[in-house]
Amino acid sequence: MKTSYEPVSEAAKNHRQKRNEKLAEVRKEYKKLLGRKIAFLSGIVLLIIFAIAYIITLGPLGITIPQVYETLLARYLPGFFNMDSVFEQVVWNIRFPRIIGGIFAGFGFGICGCVMQAVLKNPLASPFTLGISAGAHFGVAIAAVFGIAVVGGAYLLIVNAFLFAMLCSLFIVSLAALKGATSETLILAGIAVNYLFSSLSQLMAYFANDEQLRLMSLWGMGDLSAFSWSKFGLFVVIFAVCTPILLSKARDLNLMTIGDDSALSLGVNANRVRMITMMVSSVLVATIVCFTGTIGFIGLVAPHMARMLIGTDHRILIPASGILGACLLICADAVAMNIIGPTIIPTGIMTALLGVPFFLYLVLKGKRKEFWQ
Amino acid sequence: MNIKLSVQNLEFAYQSTPVISGMNMEIPKGNLVSILGPNGSGKSTFIKCVDRILNPKKGIISVDGESISSCTRRDLAKMISYVPQSSVRIFPHSVFDMILMGRRPHLGWVSSGEDEERVWDVIALLGLEEIALHSFNELSGGQQQKVLIARALVQETDLMLLDEPTSNLDIWHQLDVMRIVSDLVGEQQITTLMAVHDLNMASRFSDLIILMKKGSIHAAGKPCDVLTSENIAEVYGVKADVHCHDGVPIIIPYQQIHGNGSRKTPFFSQIT
Repeated sequence: MKTSYEPVSEAAKNHRQKRNEKLAEVRKEYKKLLGRKIAFLSGIVLLIIFAIAYIITLGPLGITIPQVYETLLARYLPGFFNMDSVFEQVVWNIRFPRIIGGIFAGFGFGICGCVMQAVLKNPLASPFTLGISAGAHFGVAIAAVFGIAVVGGAYLLIVNAFLFAMLCSLFIVSLAALKGATSETLILAGIAVNYLFSSLSQLMAYFANDEQLRLMSLWGMGDLSAFSWSKFGLFVVIFAVCTPILLSKARDLNLMTIGDDSALSLGVNANRVRMITMMVSSVLVATIVCFTGTIGFIGLVAPHMARMLIGTDHRILIPASGILGACLLICADAVAMNIIGPTIIPTGIMTALLGVPFFLYLVLKGKRKEFWQ
Repeated sequence: MNIKLSVQNLEFAYQSTPVISGMNMEIPKGNLVSILGPNGSGKSTFIKCVDRILNPKKGIISVDGESISSCTRRDLAKMISYVPQSSVRIFPHSVFDMILMGRRPHLGWVSSGEDEERVWDVIALLGLEEIALHSFNELSGGQQQKVLIARALVQETDLMLLDEPTSNLDIWHQLDVMRIVSDLVGEQQITTLMAVHDLNMASRFSDLIILMKKGSIHAAGKPCDVLTSENIAEVYGVKADVHCHDGVPIIIPYQQIHGNGSRKTPFFSQIT
């Protein structure tokens, strides 16, 4: 492409000179901005690592900080330390999996929320827009009331929640496949399915006894206590498959936010990308939700925070949403566990209580510009 | 003559309502071609059919003699660029990011340094340095249109489609955008097909004009041959004076042909 011209007059030469200077300046600014964004993200990752190191020392049971780390080290150097088995049980089997689970869950909610907002072109979208949480809740309600489930035993609630969550999103995805996957169809279908399954859950609740009711409503509050080491295998596999797929679509997602016509003209089959990313993120969210229950706020808010802080390029925005989501969730959970003595408040409640003021602060302060500029 | 874009017997319908029927045309390389016609005559629809944003019912569209119906979306995006009238503005993309999107057909996930160079080149070419890091949503209509053109330019195609690029702009920006487009056609041999509303803008800058009426071509050719009083009366239903100066027609519209220019139906007297 021909982009340079020979300036004719002295004035034209001056003008060109000035523009070249301006261009160089802007390019430098752009580089600086990019550097700052990356520095910021690394900062958050560091923050998470420190947060893990600190949060693991907190809890209702009075264990001192050195004792916590001795317990952890003892896993790798058996016989070196003389550990209390209660400490080991608490630190290694309760606190640690809870934090790791929180990081996975927050990360998953964050990236899925980000992807959903992009493909549905709607800043109000969240991982639950397509009815996944309502479906999962209904699964739990059935399991609680009738004790019927596809798989019995300890996994009863989890498997039921997962299956019904997937049922919901499958229904919407097939509807979209039939009718064309525009964002309007999907959002409306999602809202309808949400209402349908909420009513079904309420129907269950109407006939449930007190104990069943408590189980259902606790699940609806969202909690991280269901995590244990034995359950992470499945988790890691699903994350390892889903996250790269979503990241690989980052460029296409950039284009989808400017409208389907423009995306098509730039070589992206908008409806196909929408179907793929929706299916992948549904699987991811359903997997998380069946362990944690509904922690709705993270998936809506983490992408917005990330967007305010580092801009709209999904190649950085998706991981940033995930990292911020993870950070928010484990911090909120740490507060929920420790704020009132031995009582542990459900994580979902604390997430919103702490997150909303912070989010509103960013909304009011952030204007529409990027935070860094 | 070297034909860039050829359209044979194109037909398109929304549900069962026909919008375009029996369109044929051949557009020579390196020309600026304007498509004129009243609202609803199928200008935008036609442009979207050419870029396969809409799928025509019938007809063959070929670029450089090759039919486009068999090539992938991505290959098509390397041959044809499209400048929409406006862009969805939900998320605040920066101007640089917006233009970088135009490189999508050429690469995978990582943007190489070369892609960013292309973007900076086009930013310099169109004089967008001042606003390169601003949010697209905060720009004025004219600036937004220029950014959208810049995005089409980094696509590096030699056929560009524009959908009413001047519709929301004041007269200074209309001229600015039209000058940019016609410079591009002149200097880089980009064949350009553009839907426009303003007859005088079209006649001033176009090499060829296609006049559409109800989904088919009413007249096509040099501006002075197409934009005649008779054609304007038949297509728009408007009485207009046309003067031709050096092959550029100047159109002065007077009034609608049905009715004498004053309203016969009293809107307000009925209220009391």
